[in-house]
Amino acid sequence: MSATAKTPILELAGLRKSFGRMEIIRGVDLAVVQGERHAIIGPNGAGKSTLFHLVSGHLRPSAGAIRLRGESIEGLPPQSINRRGLSRSFQVTNIFPRLSVWENVRCATLWSLGHRYSFWRDVERLDDVTRRTEEILTEIDLIDRRRTPAGVLTYGEQRALEIGLTIAGHADVLLLDEPTAGMSHAETERVVALIRKVSEKRTLLMIEHDMQVVFDLADRISVLVYGEIIACDTPARIKANAAVQQAYLGTEAA
Amino acid sequence: MLEIIFVSTLNGVLYGMLLFLMASGLTVIFSMMGVLNLAHASFYMLGAFFGFEISRRLGFWPALVLAPVVVGLIGMAVERYGLRRVHRHGHVAELLFTFGLTFVIKEVVEMIWGKLPVDYRVPSGLDFAAFTLFSGNYPAFKLFGLLISVGIFIGLLMAVRHTRVGLIVQAALSHPGMVGMLGHNVDRIFMLVFGVGVGLAAVAGVIAGPILVTQSNMAGLLGPILFVVVVVGGLGSLGGALAASLLIGLVQTFAVAFNVSLADLFGGTAAGAILSVWLADIWRVTVAQIAPILPYLLLVMILIFRPRGLMGTRDT
Amino acid sequence: MTDARTLPRTDAIGGRRPGFLARHAVWIALALALLLLPYLFSSRLALSTMSMMGTMIIFALSYNMLLGQTGLLSFGHAVFFGLGGFFTVHVLNAAGSGDWPIPLPLFPVVGGLGGLAFGILFGWVATKRAGTAFAMITLGIGELVVSSALILRRFFGGEEGITTDRTDVMSFFGYGFGPQLQVYYLIAAWCFLSIAAMYAITRTPFGRIANAVRDNPQRTAFIGYDTSRVRFIAFSLSGLFAGIAGGLSVVNFEIVNAAQMGAVESGSVILMTYIGGVGNFAGPIIGAILVTWLQLILSDATQIWPLYVGLLFIGMVMFVPGGIAGLLAMQAPVMAARKLHRVVPFYLLALAPGIVALVGLSVLIETSHQFSIRASYGPQLTLYSIPLDATSPLPWVAGVVLAVAGGILFMRAERLARDAYHAAVAQGGQG
Repeated sequence: MSATAKTPILELAGLRKSFGRMEIIRGVDLAVVQGERHAIIGPNGAGKSTLFHLVSGHLRPSAGAIRLRGESIEGLPPQSINRRGLSRSFQVTNIFPRLSVWENVRCATLWSLGHRYSFWRDVERLDDVTRRTEEILTEIDLIDRRRTPAGVLTYGEQRALEIGLTIAGHADVLLLDEPTAGMSHAETERVVALIRKVSEKRTLLMIEHDMQVVFDLADRISVLVYGEIIACDTPARIKANAAVQQAYLGTEAA
Repeated sequence: MLEIIFVSTLNGVLYGMLLFLMASGLTVIFSMMGVLNLAHASFYMLGAFFGFEISRRLGFWPALVLAPVVVGLIGMAVERYGLRRVHRHGHVAELLFTFGLTFVIKEVVEMIWGKLPVDYRVPSGLDFAAFTLFSGNYPAFKLFGLLISVGIFIGLLMAVRHTRVGLIVQAALSHPGMVGMLGHNVDRIFMLVFGVGVGLAAVAGVIAGPILVTQSNMAGLLGPILFVVVVVGGLGSLGGALAASLLIGLVQTFAVAFNVSLADLFGGTAAGAILSVWLADIWRVTVAQIAPILPYLLLVMILIFRPRGLMGTRDT
Repeated sequence: MTDARTLPRTDAIGGRRPGFLARHAVWIALALALLLLPYLFSSRLALSTMSMMGTMIIFALSYNMLLGQTGLLSFGHAVFFGLGGFFTVHVLNAAGSGDWPIPLPLFPVVGGLGGLAFGILFGWVATKRAGTAFAMITLGIGELVVSSALILRRFFGGEEGITTDRTDVMSFFGYGFGPQLQVYYLIAAWCFLSIAAMYAITRTPFGRIANAVRDNPQRTAFIGYDTSRVRFIAFSLSGLFAGIAGGLSVVNFEIVNAAQMGAVESGSVILMTYIGGVGNFAGPIIGAILVTWLQLILSDATQIWPLYVGLLFIGMVMFVPGGIAGLLAMQAPVMAARKLHRVVPFYLLALAPGIVALVGLSVLIETSHQFSIRASYGPQLTLYSIPLDATSPLPWVAGVVLAVAGGILFMRAERLARDAYHAAVAQGGQG
C-alpha cells in the first residue's frame, strides 16, 4: 500500500520534552496516515513511552505540535484527547481492579455513547451500552469472565482487558504501548490476532519490542533512538537500513 | 503602634517557628511514607502534658529533653505496631488510622488529666522580663522558646545536610518514589523518621504549654491550622512549610492585635448606616475576632489561585 | 440489602427477568421493617433513638457516596448536615410565623437544597484536588464554617443555636407531628426514599464512573472522563443528602447549633461509615444503627465512652478494613456452599475469649480513669456490678490477666476460625 498518498491523521512536528535539564524527546516529526499500522521501535530509554504520554495528554510537551485530523491537541488533558477519538493502552496494566470485567469495559463505553455524567438513568437499561460491552468482551474473548473482578484475572487476561478498554470507546486512532510485553508465545499469538482484528478499520500506532510481532503487523516502522526518529519506512526497508542495523537491530543481535 | 508591631512580629515569628517545628516533622513523614499524620498535633499535645508532668517532678530542663524522647518512643511504637500494619490496606486506611489516633489520644489525655486546663507554668528560672520596650515587658520564656526553635531548625538543617539518614530524607523530598529502593533498612528508617518527627512536635508542645493553655482540646485547636500550613506551603515542601508557618504565625498574631471593626472604620458615613443594617453581624466583628478564620480563608484563596501551594511541586 | 456488586441483577446475556416481588424483595422487606419497628419498640426512648438512627443512616450513606463510592476522604461532611439543618430551621420558623401552606414533611427538601448549594460552592474549591490534599481542604472548610458560624450569630444563633417548633406549620392530612411516633414515620419515609435514591445513583453511568475514579483515576481520564468533574458531582450530591439528613434532625430535635457542623460530628460520620463497611452499599446503614446504639448504651455506662468508640474504630481500621458489612459479605460463599455449620462454632470459640479480653481492657481503662481523674470521688468504682478499689492491686491484676489471657486465646481461636473459613470456602469451590 502506498502510505504517502493518504492524508495524515496524526502528525507530530518538532515535538520536544525535557525533564529538568534532560531532554528525552528531541524534535520528533512523524506523520501517521489514516488506516495504517505504524510501529515504533527503539532501544530501552529511547523515549518511546514518553512519546505516547505526550500524544495522549498524560504529559505536556515542552515544544512542538501534535495534530489529530489537522487540529492541535498538544497540552489538552487526556479526557479531551480521548473524546476526539484517540485512545491508548498502557505498558503496565492499568485497569479498574475492584470492578468486574463487565464493569471495566462498560465504563469505557459510556462517554462515547453519550451517557456522560448522567446520574438519573439506570445503567442496566442502556441497551446501546449493553450491546457494545458484549461486543467488546466477545472480541477480546473475556465474555465468560465478565463477572470476575479485574484484579484477579491472569496477566494475559488483564492485557486483553487493557486492549478492550482502549477500543471500547469508538476511538479510531489507537496507541498500544507494548501490548505483548511479558507474554508467552501462545499468548502473544492470540494478542497479535486480536490487534490485527481491532485495527482493521482504525489507525494503529504501537510500541513493540518483539520484532516478530512488529514485522508481522506493521505497515510502516519508525525507529526512535535517544529521542529522535532516525528512520521511518516499510518493514522490508527498515530491515535493510544500515543506520538502524547499527543503532538498534545490531546491538539487539549482539 | 510601633510597639504593637514589634511585639506582634516577635510573637508571630515565635508562633510561626513553633508551627514549623511541627510542620517540618509532618512534611518529612509525608514525603517519606506518603501518609499525612493527622495525629501530629496530638503528639504535640502529649509533649505539653508530659512536659507538665515531668516539670512537676523533675523540673523544666529534664522535661524539655525527656518529654520529646518519650513521645518519640511512643511515636515509634505507633509506627511499628500500628501504621506499618495498616499500610497494606492502602492510603485511606493509613489516614483513617492516624485520624482514629487523634480520638484515642485525646480521650486518654482526658482520662488521665481531665478536661480542665492543667497548671503548667513558665519555669521560675525563665520567669523574668527579657527586655523592656516602650511601656511593655517581653517575657524571657518566649524569647527562649524562639531561640530553641531556631536552634533546632538550624540543627535539623545540619543533620539533613550531613548525615546518612539526612541524605535519605533529602532524596525522599525530591524524589518521593525512590524510598522503596532503599533496601532492607527502610522499615527502620521509617520508624526513626516517624519518631523524630513526632518528637519535634513534642518539643513544640513543651515550649507552647506554658505560653498557651495546656488542655485536652489543644490538639483539636492546633491540628487544623497545622494542616493548613502544609497545604498552603505545598504538600511535601520543607521550604514551603517554613514560609507558610511564618506567614500564618504573623497573620494570626497581627490580626489578634488589631481591634478594629467595619463599624469603627465606616461608622460615621451614610453608606455605613445602610450597611450596618444589612451586615449587622459582620459589621461589629473586629479583626481580632476573625483571626481564627484567617488561616482557612488563606487556604481557600491559595487553592483557588495556586492549587499546588506556595512551593508545592506535586499534585497528590 | 446486599452488596451492589453481588446483587442479583438481570444478566446482560439472555436470562429472564424475575417477577416484581422477587426483584424488589429487599426493598419490600425494608419498607415493612420501617413500618413495623414501632410495634416492636414502642417506648418513647426507642422511638426517638430509631428516629435518630434513620437520620444517621441517610447521613452515613451520603458520606459513603464520597468515601466508598468515589474514594474521597472528607473530614468536613458535617458542614452540609449542619447547614441543611440551619436552612430548615429558618424556613420552618418563617413558615410558622407567616402561615405558609407548606406541611412539615416537605421541609427536609429545604435542608437538601441548602446542602446541595453549599456542596456545589465548597465542592468547586475542594474537588480541584484529590487524595490527601482533598482531605485537608475539607478539614479546612469544616473549620472555616464552624468558626464563621460563631461570628454570624444572627443566622447561626451563637453557642445555643436556633430552636423551632415543628407543630407550628400547616398540618399534613390532619397529622400535626407532635407525637414522636408521627415524627418517626416522617423520618422513616424520608429514610426509605433517600436509601432508594442513593442506591439508584450507584446504578447510573455516573455511579459506575465514580467507582472507576475510586479504583484508578488516571485511567478514568483516558476513557474520556474528567475526574475532577466526577468528584465535583459526587461531592454536590452527597451534600444534598447530608442536607436532607440535617433537615430531618431539625424536625426531630427542633434545635440546631454550630457544633453540629464541627469536627466531632464529621468524625462521627466517618466512624459510622467505616465501622459499618465502606465497600458495601449497606455498610453505612449497619454502621449508623450500631454506632448510634453504642453511643447510647456506652454514654450511659461510662464517662469516657468516646475512648471505646475510638478504640473500636482503630481496631476496625487495623484488623477489619472491610467493616462489619465486609465480614458479613465474606460469609456469602460459605452460605452458598452450605457450610455455615462448619464455621460458626469456630466463630463462637473466638468470640468468647475476645469478650474476656475486652472486659479485661475495660477494667484497666475504668480503673485508671478512677485512679487519675476521678480520684477526688474516692477510689471506689463499680464495674459489671462488682465493687472495686482503684488503689488496690486487685482490679489492675484482674484487668491485665483477663486482657492478656483473653487476647492470647483469641488470637489462637481466630487462627482456627480463619482456617475453618478457608477450608469451607475451598470445599464449596470443589463441590
